[in-house]
Amino acid sequence: MAVPPGVSEQNFRRALERFARVVGSEWVFTSDEDVALYKDAYTPLWNENDEKTASAALAPNSAEQVQQIVRIANEYRIPLYPISTGRNLGYGGSAPVLSGSVVLDLKRMNRIIEVSERNASALVEPGVSYFDLYRYIQERKLKLWIDCPDPGWGSVIGNALDHGAGYTMNPYRDHFGSQCGMEVVTGAGDLIRTGMGALPNSKTWQQYKYGYGPYIDGIFSQSNFGVVTKMGIWLMPEPEAYLDGNIECFNHDDIIALVDHMSYLMNTGVQNAGTNLQSPLRFAISQEPDLRALLTRDDAASVARLNDVARQRNVPIWSNTFKFYGPEEVVRAQWAYTKRRLGAITNSRFVDGAFYRMPLTEQQKSTLRDEQDLGVPTLGTFSIGARTAQNPTPTTGHLGFSPVIPMTGEAVIESQRVFSRVLQEAGRDVAANVFPQSYHPRTFVILVMFSVMHNVESNRQTRTLFRRLIEVAAEHGWGEYRTHTTFMDDCAKAYSFNNNALLRLHERLKDAVDPNGIISAGRYGIWPRHLRRG
Amino acid sequence: MRRRLLSTLMWTLALAVSWAGTLVPAIQQQPAAAKPQPGASSQLQRGKAVFDEWCAGCHAPGPRRPGTQALDALYKGKKPGALEERTDLVPKLTETFVRKGVSVMPPFRKTEITDADLAALAAYLAPKNQ
Repeated sequence: MAVPPGVSEQNFRRALERFARVVGSEWVFTSDEDVALYKDAYTPLWNENDEKTASAALAPNSAEQVQQIVRIANEYRIPLYPISTGRNLGYGGSAPVLSGSVVLDLKRMNRIIEVSERNASALVEPGVSYFDLYRYIQERKLKLWIDCPDPGWGSVIGNALDHGAGYTMNPYRDHFGSQCGMEVVTGAGDLIRTGMGALPNSKTWQQYKYGYGPYIDGIFSQSNFGVVTKMGIWLMPEPEAYLDGNIECFNHDDIIALVDHMSYLMNTGVQNAGTNLQSPLRFAISQEPDLRALLTRDDAASVARLNDVARQRNVPIWSNTFKFYGPEEVVRAQWAYTKRRLGAITNSRFVDGAFYRMPLTEQQKSTLRDEQDLGVPTLGTFSIGARTAQNPTPTTGHLGFSPVIPMTGEAVIESQRVFSRVLQEAGRDVAANVFPQSYHPRTFVILVMFSVMHNVESNRQTRTLFRRLIEVAAEHGWGEYRTHTTFMDDCAKAYSFNNNALLRLHERLKDAVDPNGIISAGRYGIWPRHLRRG
Repeated sequence: MRRRLLSTLMWTLALAVSWAGTLVPAIQQQPAAAKPQPGASSQLQRGKAVFDEWCAGCHAPGPRRPGTQALDALYKGKKPGALEERTDLVPKLTETFVRKGVSVMPPFRKTEITDADLAALAAYLAPKNQ
């Protein structure tokens, strides 16, 4: 039997017996076969000594049980690793950062405690997935939308805590920004409620975030100070209509004006959703080495050549999809204004897109191109790396390198060149692998995707390259918004202002809120005192 | 927004081990899968519910279903890509894929699909005579 680090086998057995009395023996998993189910299915450490593994797993079904488990874990110094649905694939999944931890599997805590149509909010437990919440709303015919990330089986709470994002309207697509009130079992075993939830019999827990005193909800995101057992989330009232449209630009430097206009439209609420900035030309030339090499250069002749190719092939260098949610007359006016404003970009062209009146019929839902734009959860994202007619050799998973860059055209150009050069040096594809995404308001995230394989050597090369990208990004003032557990220390080190002052504060908080270092050791680079290096 | 990359991403590493490629051809053809009819056993109804909750997102018929798309690409018309249309899914095969995963499909934990639910799912997808 695997044993947590620093724990005797005798004490571990005693602790497991105590855990079993809390959750029932059928919800304590210790066999190799059962514990293996908690490995990270998309690990870049496959079959290596460092591959993250648990020693056991527990599955409570209430906050009270979580509290009892945390107290027992403190008594025996058992490291716990809470997961919500455990489907954070690409970011570590259900495997602990510290091998040998006991996974606290919260999937059974899947109650939707309340959905308020009038307040457009929900109060849920961590095991509630986007599919669950969507079905609940649909079955009751509530005029509410969820905002879901790529995989619909992700946890509403887990995704918000990891600063995940979705595809509908601002502010709902910023999932942590849409959370309103938590219940947390701290590392020391206290049960707290944040915001208005601290007021017994509060009538506004899911309506007013800040409560009274310091706003501390943020310390429970991307951290390891406690176990969130309930969370409020704001939902979107069903809009009357949806409309989208594209702009296509054929000059390389058009990106500067395009992003400035996009930023203005978003910050004034004219465009009330995220963007989908693409570079169709990058893909069009991905198999042409001479042209592909231009993507890493910043001299005028290379830019002029790209412009010539775009015009000759009638393939835009840049495109963006604008999405609008609201009354029909408003969304049509928003798109008309957008076209008028962006019409100043020479040689740009507009393509009208989809228009829907709500509610969608089931027939319409079945034919949507991008379901999540309309608040419909899917698993379509798992086409990434899956076998297709064009991809006869599927991967075993993927990783995303995702630094935050300014929302300017200059930053898009610079970051694409910088990262393309790093990829080129490593012999990777430079044309397709650099995407500016608008996950959160006011910034872009550059997304560089990697496949992971059941192949030790290729995974090692990918990890080396990933770490190189973290370093290069930091040299340019760009840091990741979120990362796979394998790289959490590397990313944390990049946020090093004033001799790592922020990380040191995180560590002091850790010592105060979780004095025995029980919860999620190492998550987001925060280690408990007894495991800190240096 | 990873999904927006699907049509364009270039996956240059090509070293995956395919469970489907090694296991599936060894399974003999069987009669059509047991679909729950009115009055069907509670286990088959439960199996259908498990399928709808956990499998349909990837394995139902139609476009934008990665599992169906992957199996269509694997079998090239020799077998249906949609699992409910298969006639050769013996219970052991379903149980193996659910607990071991394959390619980008992860394994499923017992807090997601219990052993009892897995047995019901396997029975639902199994040929009638299983």
